[in-house]
Amino acid sequence: MKRRNAGWVLFFLAPSAIPLLLFTAVPMVSSAWVSLHRWNLISPMEWVGLDNYTHLLSDPATRDVFLHTLIYCAGYLPLVFAGGLGLALLLNQRLPARAFFRAAYFLPVVTSWVVVALVWKWLLNPTSGLVNSLLGALGAPQPGWWTDPTWALPAVILASAWKDLGFVMVIMLAGLQAIAQDILEAARTDGAGAWQRFWRVTLPLLSPSTFFVVVISLINGFQVFDQVYVMTAGGPSGASQVVVGQIYDLTFRYGRAGEASALSWILFAVILVITALQVRGQRRWVHYA
Amino acid sequence: MPDKRRLGPVLRFAAVALGAVVMLVPFLWTVVTSITPNGSLAGGPTLVVKDPTLAAYRELLDALPMWRIALNSFWIAAASTLFQLVTGSMAAYGFARLAFRGKNLVFGLYLATLMVPMQVLVVPLFIEMKTLNLQDTYMSLLAPSIASAFGVFLLRQAVESLPRDLDEAATIDGAGHLRIFTTIVLPLIRPALATVAVFAFMGSWNSFLWPLVVIRSPEFMTLPLGLSTLQGQFTTDWDVVMAGSVFSIVPIAVVYLLAQRHIIAGIAHTGIK
Repeated sequence: MKRRNAGWVLFFLAPSAIPLLLFTAVPMVSSAWVSLHRWNLISPMEWVGLDNYTHLLSDPATRDVFLHTLIYCAGYLPLVFAGGLGLALLLNQRLPARAFFRAAYFLPVVTSWVVVALVWKWLLNPTSGLVNSLLGALGAPQPGWWTDPTWALPAVILASAWKDLGFVMVIMLAGLQAIAQDILEAARTDGAGAWQRFWRVTLPLLSPSTFFVVVISLINGFQVFDQVYVMTAGGPSGASQVVVGQIYDLTFRYGRAGEASALSWILFAVILVITALQVRGQRRWVHYA
Repeated sequence: MPDKRRLGPVLRFAAVALGAVVMLVPFLWTVVTSITPNGSLAGGPTLVVKDPTLAAYRELLDALPMWRIALNSFWIAAASTLFQLVTGSMAAYGFARLAFRGKNLVFGLYLATLMVPMQVLVVPLFIEMKTLNLQDTYMSLLAPSIASAFGVFLLRQAVESLPRDLDEAATIDGAGHLRIFTTIVLPLIRPALATVAVFAFMGSWNSFLWPLVVIRSPEFMTLPLGLSTLQGQFTTDWDVVMAGSVFSIVPIAVVYLLAQRHIIAGIAHTGIK
């Protein structure tokens, strides 16, 4: 019996275990190994111990890329959350052509990041882009967007929020639809106004969905790369370089694979700590029904 | 009060409609740009295209094997979806229905791989592909997405939630694991399979960092990678870049419109868990 079972375990688990071992576990271990070496991908590796880590942690460039990534998250998260929640609240009511609107809002979600980045790079073209032409017609100032160090990150944030708005909307809409109507009805008969019902009933009952959106957005936000690479390539002069962009450049442009691996582990540690803190802190504000 | 009642829905509709304009105009603008003669783009946006032309599309097809690239994107996404469904549902059955020593440890290791972000793996995975001589091949594109711990996790939850008396009854009737798996479990976890399929397909379709690292030849490129090289080639020819964008939006938009309900339900499904 036992022996027969072992065969079945192997049969059911091997198809996933072997690829995960080969293409995730092995690279994971070797990445840790590479991070302890100086290596340009070509000549033999040279053992440096923790030097890559100590160097990175004292390097102002590391501080800059983390700061840019943080600014990205700080701009992106409130935008998608407020926008997505607002849309979900609007679409959760009787509305003509609701299915059409839901489909329209969700279309950017299925579009790839590279396409979104290219389309927005063109929309935000400083001289002939649609956005600046509209701003000009309104007499508003026309920023240089991705050509201007100050506006490069906001341009990326804008494009990213536009793409993910529909995703957050769908998650929040599902959360809203799971709220039992009689609770809201009870609040209404108790004399709670629309505003009070939203803050005291809907929002607390939505907190599991909010928690999910915040955790996922921050995990993804710290790993932002595609749209930055396409829209600004980290420029102008490094003003929008993010952590993963730096990992890519260190490896494939500067031939410092050891440092790049070390940086990827530092980023992983940061994401783990942030996620763990959120999971621990959720008891204070997330209410599971 | 009565005024407010009548005004509310109108304002609400206006807000939703304005939002839809913001979401759709960029797509419209992409199409308009792609058929505008390059010379007239510098003058700033116009709503009406004076001499619409397909020149940008011709230039695009001359620069890159776009049909092949689009096909690559499609079959790579379809293949990795299929792989992840098969490997994921089998592992899910193993974890949910077979008793073996160290099961929790093995499952914990699966979950650990879920937490490792792609950028940690990118450098050594690239070296691994180089050593195996698989760099710049279809195999290198597919390899990292044959199995996904996310899929295993989601499907295991689905199998766990099935009542056990179903397979116990089948066991008494003489059915083995393979029969139970294919005829009882798989049909019952269809919603979870659909969710995994949506995530697997979109993940592969949108994947950029890994193809960027491992693929050099245009004939093995996927759409995101092809498009990003296009931008380097045609820095100021926005009509060609936008033609390429249209080329990559249309197929996925068609898939999306056909499977809209399942896609949205699939994504919403993970959020409320």
